Amino acid sequence: MAAADGTLSVQIKVKRYQPEKEAKPYWQEFRVQVDPKDRLLDALNQIKWEQDGTLTFRRSCAHGVCGSDAMRINGRNRLACKLLIEDVGTRITVEPMLGFPVIRDLVVDMDPFFAKYEKIKPYLINDEPEPRTERRQSPEQRERYDETTKCILCGACTGSCPSVWANADWVGPASIVNAHRFIFDSRDRGANERLQILSDRNGVWRCRTIFNCSEACPRGIHVTDAIEEVKRAIMYGSNAIE
Amino acid sequence: MYRGQSGQWSWLFHRVTGLGVLIFLLIHIVDITLIGFGPTVYNDALQVFDTAPFRIFTLALIGALLYHAFNGIRIILVDFWPSGYKYQRQMFYTVMGLTILCTLATAFFILAPIFGKCPQPGYCSAVM
Repeated sequence: MAAADGTLSVQIKVKRYQPEKEAKPYWQEFRVQVDPKDRLLDALNQIKWEQDGTLTFRRSCAHGVCGSDAMRINGRNRLACKLLIEDVGTRITVEPMLGFPVIRDLVVDMDPFFAKYEKIKPYLINDEPEPRTERRQSPEQRERYDETTKCILCGACTGSCPSVWANADWVGPASIVNAHRFIFDSRDRGANERLQILSDRNGVWRCRTIFNCSEACPRGIHVTDAIEEVKRAIMYGSNAIE
Repeated sequence: MYRGQSGQWSWLFHRVTGLGVLIFLLIHIVDITLIGFGPTVYNDALQVFDTAPFRIFTLALIGALLYHAFNGIRIILVDFWPSGYKYQRQMFYTVMGLTILCTLATAFFILAPIFGKCPQPGYCSAVM
């Protein structure tokens, strides 16, 4: 129900957990009065600042760029800073992402995630002599991998993937997206090296095209498509990369 | 439970139907092995497939097999057709539609003998 000033009374159920002190997670309900145009992050801040300072979650830029506040909102991975209250309703459940060890409440351990990200060598590999000007690229060559440059490493895709939940060793969708970003970059020479890494048993083949990642990505990256392109690049060789 | 959409359900059904078909295969290996004990044992044992519960089980098996086959084609298209990912949802609905349609069509033949009806001449001579 909207109040006279246009604000909404919203019930937020948060899954809370402090692994070193508590045996298992528990649910806690909060009620906040927020504007429908507020973001879920504003509501969480209101809880933290005015009701319970112990509620723990990550946030940095609060504008959908840093990727700190990915969490499971009403069962789906979203960025709390990009989700308006009016789009998510007045009864909201908030949980930490699946597939990551919980550090506290909504904060998950991202270290294994970044270790897998580093595994695919997410940097330009090119041993050719440096040109006198910048390494030039046509608009078409740049367009080839444009979509995967948009990744903010929030982990929403990886946390939504049943293959990740089942196997913690799998590189996961975010790493493959970032491998795609370099594999299809005309300036890069490390494609074969990365395809080699991604063709092993914990590489791209554990993707079962479930599409949860594509639906979870707050940047609108077609993650499954990127993974499929990498799979085809492994199958058909470098001809598929051009 | 993660609130995934059609892609997650299609994957889950694919797994469950795959496992179902595998379990049937094991039963099938056992029933075929019975022929080693002579025609009487084999024929008597296979009568069980003519009972109502087993006819319903057979229909479920065919439904599972049809889904697994149609969704297998969907997965192949997603994997090999570069635009396949764009239509995965529509393809899932097509898979569900085809599965239901073909299962219903088969249901007529498999379930009719339970109700004492023979769907076509000669079909039921062995059992009726």
